[in-house]
Amino acid sequence: MNEEITPGIFEHLVQLGALELDDEEAQYLRRQLNNQLKAIHELEAIPVSEDINITSHGIPYTPRIMSPIRGDEWLPNPDSNEIIAQVPETDEGYIVVPDIPHTDLD
Amino acid sequence: MEIFELSAHQIVEMIKHREISATEILESTLQRVAQVDGSPGSIEQKDPTDQQPNHVHAFITLTAERARKQAKLIDNAVARGEDIGLLAGVPFTIKDIFCVKETPTTAASRILANFISPYSATPAERLEAAGGILLGKVNLDEFTHGSSNESSAFKPFPRNPWNTQRVTGGSSGGSAASVAAREAVLSLGTDTAGSIRQPAAFCGVVGMKPTYGRVSRYGLIAFGSSLDCPGPLARNVTDAALMLQVIAGADPHDATAVSLSVDDYPRLLENGIRGLRIGISPDYFRITYPDPETGELRQESITPEIEAAVLRAAGRLAEMGADIVDEVPMPHTRYGIPAYFVISRVEAASNLHRFDGVKYGYRTPDAVEDLHEMYRKTRGQAFGVQPKLRILMGMYVSAAQYSEQYYNRALRVRTLIRQDFDDIFNPNGKYRLDALLAPTTPTTAFPIGDVYGDSVLMQYADQLTVPANHAGVPAISLPCGFDKDGLPIGFQLIGPDFSEANLLRLGRAYELATENDTWREKRPAI
Repeated sequence: MNEEITPGIFEHLVQLGALELDDEEAQYLRRQLNNQLKAIHELEAIPVSEDINITSHGIPYTPRIMSPIRGDEWLPNPDSNEIIAQVPETDEGYIVVPDIPHTDLD
Repeated sequence: MEIFELSAHQIVEMIKHREISATEILESTLQRVAQVDGSPGSIEQKDPTDQQPNHVHAFITLTAERARKQAKLIDNAVARGEDIGLLAGVPFTIKDIFCVKETPTTAASRILANFISPYSATPAERLEAAGGILLGKVNLDEFTHGSSNESSAFKPFPRNPWNTQRVTGGSSGGSAASVAAREAVLSLGTDTAGSIRQPAAFCGVVGMKPTYGRVSRYGLIAFGSSLDCPGPLARNVTDAALMLQVIAGADPHDATAVSLSVDDYPRLLENGIRGLRIGISPDYFRITYPDPETGELRQESITPEIEAAVLRAAGRLAEMGADIVDEVPMPHTRYGIPAYFVISRVEAASNLHRFDGVKYGYRTPDAVEDLHEMYRKTRGQAFGVQPKLRILMGMYVSAAQYSEQYYNRALRVRTLIRQDFDDIFNPNGKYRLDALLAPTTPTTAFPIGDVYGDSVLMQYADQLTVPANHAGVPAISLPCGFDKDGLPIGFQLIGPDFSEANLLRLGRAYELATENDTWREKRPAI
């Protein structure tokens, strides 16, 4: 089988997706992705020149139907404790996370 | 007729005239749930259980006490002679992908299994404000990623009330099953590629995907943000119209919710359909599927049984005065799924990045070196295979070196799919249609375990519904009979932007035309 998503590409995608996978799961996912790409290649049967605009939403948003953008107003949450209560680890209202690794930008 | 079998419009009238109380209705419904639902979905159970073979398992969370308080408020308002809402006393369920304040909101995923929402989604809030009684949150495919509910992390996943060996469809499977099993009168679902209409067809109920932007997405946990549409599931068209009336409309919290005024859907229902033009396209009677051996895509005619049932429905609408237009070309229909494989994955990968174990939901209990390892372990342990597939494919097809080949091409194909609809609905064009009539699904409800695991075949279950999502246009699925195995068959009506009133009118006309048909008397066996 001609595999478009090779083990190397797959490993890169897994890093980008911030996922840790076991071998069995990785094998299954990579096979399914390659199968899905076979279906995606059907799109190549249609001539699409660059003068066909892209559609990012089905319906056209014209001024007739667009809602006005709401004002940029500060609205305090009635109970921020409810939100903080959902955090897996906190310390005196602060969110606690493990060390953030230092990265040198190129 | 049992109390729990009443329709929404009957309940509202009876409560208004003090013939029954909201509490009586609620208690009858809760009793029905206790009788047929069985154990609710839970992350503690590993595999589908057959210990309760004839149960529906629609629910993840039952909110009985909240419901009792709401029912009491309605009864008190009636006693004081106050005006009550459009859905006063009507028990409903919500797909567990909508936030409801102070209620677990799980998305049927381990990653949100412990999340209690601090706010409510706009459509959920509007249903309660209209007097609806929230019974609870119902199961779905994890993050809505599926067409059978088998991918839910909360087991057992819902079973089809007509045959519990069959899937409910998905992803709004718990919604469709709870309404079909008469555990709820209405349910709030979402439709990204057919996730309201396909389970509605599989479970023999009415399901409507409104026009994109007709109903606010605020508080809906996003899958494909340019495709997701909240909408109603009901047992009849009048109830679906009432519910849409309540949830539709502009919302300052969602800029994509349009400012157009909302039609009075229930009032327009019985205006008749004389002269409405309904198209039938051969492109919706051919189905594509991957060859099980080679994976190559093949095309064949739809099952004769489904074709016959759907064409009979067209005939009944013709008897009611609609004009049927044959041979309407929809040439890009077959590209709906390939384009969806790209567009929805890019949007899903982006939306799923917020689940990282920092601010809410699951965080890995394992010791970690740093934040990045915490992200990877959390997401690896708590996402199921369906979200993982969507993240990885979304990353691939939107990568800089591939995006022109895949993502931009798919968005251009989406333009062509939209163009197919623009052409047939153009009031000055050749066809001038008010609606396109088509089967909702290529098959009836398939056996549990038959398709799950093959992510390509599963996606093709949505091939007749997804074009409307790409185009943003509204569509309604209606039951139109049963196959030889006693499973429901559905057909859909797809209309131009914001033509919900016409689609509901056509649906109501079809109900009137078939109200004395023997198949209308059938009820689920559970």
